[in-house]
Amino acid sequence: MKFGVLRFPGTCDEVDAQLACERVGEAVILWHGDRDLQGVDAVVVPGGFSYGDYLRVGAIARFSPVMESVIAFAREGGPVLGICNGFQVLCEAGLLPGALLPNRSLRFVCRQVDLVVEHADTAFTNACVEGERLSIPAKHQTGCWYAPPALHEQVEANGQVLLRYASDQSFNGSLADVAGVRNEAGNVFGLMPHPEHAVDPLTGSVDGLKIFQSIHDHVAARVPA
Amino acid sequence: MTRYRVLVRPKAGILDPQGQAVERALPALGFDGVANVHVGRLVELDVEDASQLPAMCEKLLANPLIEDYEIVTP
Repeated sequence: MKFGVLRFPGTCDEVDAQLACERVGEAVILWHGDRDLQGVDAVVVPGGFSYGDYLRVGAIARFSPVMESVIAFAREGGPVLGICNGFQVLCEAGLLPGALLPNRSLRFVCRQVDLVVEHADTAFTNACVEGERLSIPAKHQTGCWYAPPALHEQVEANGQVLLRYASDQSFNGSLADVAGVRNEAGNVFGLMPHPEHAVDPLTGSVDGLKIFQSIHDHVAARVPA
Repeated sequence: MTRYRVLVRPKAGILDPQGQAVERALPALGFDGVANVHVGRLVELDVEDASQLPAMCEKLLANPLIEDYEIVTP
């Protein structure tokens, strides 16, 4: 299968994301000014500071030409993963519920955190076990997930929260310790921590690979070779 | 073209750590009697058709989920 990893001006994690994808399949970089998704089977919106985080995190990237195609791809059921700034972009684009606010501490935090898998029957977590802990680094200043009460209730009732910070490790003020959330249809998922930085024993954990493996297995099952 | 100002504020009740930080910093500098500090954004723009301003705010200048906006007429 082929992943497409977006690159906006200011993106900085696209190469790690590409390398992570290449552990389970092929991966190409897609430039923000191109509308052609090159026939990819899944899209990764990686981390960084797209368009300098001007105005609001993710607000400008959402209107780039490539995002028009990604939004259409997602509406047709194509799997889309947003990591960190990518999560912020997908929220701004209305593909994911809620918004990301500045961390409660107002500080940029970089640390390894444990995430608890809430649901393992999804396109993004099928290589995990429900209740499993994943050790993955987080590094952000604007990662406090928020949704108004009615929307939050709906997201929880639908089982859209796929990952939460382990109860003793939430550090950014996220509502209900939410670390990663999917859309209602289940084909778009965003998380603040960085699975692409946890795919090699050299950096301390390979737990992040399970997210990429899950997408691969989901696509492979959906489109028989 | 007419000059407009758009004020963007965090919605009431939403965590506003910037406002809180400023509120804590002021007494430290000897400015007492300050409460309810909120930090938002000011966007100044010249527009030909002011009727488009609300749509501009809804779509780009503010995120209606977390922010309120106010269009200040000249």
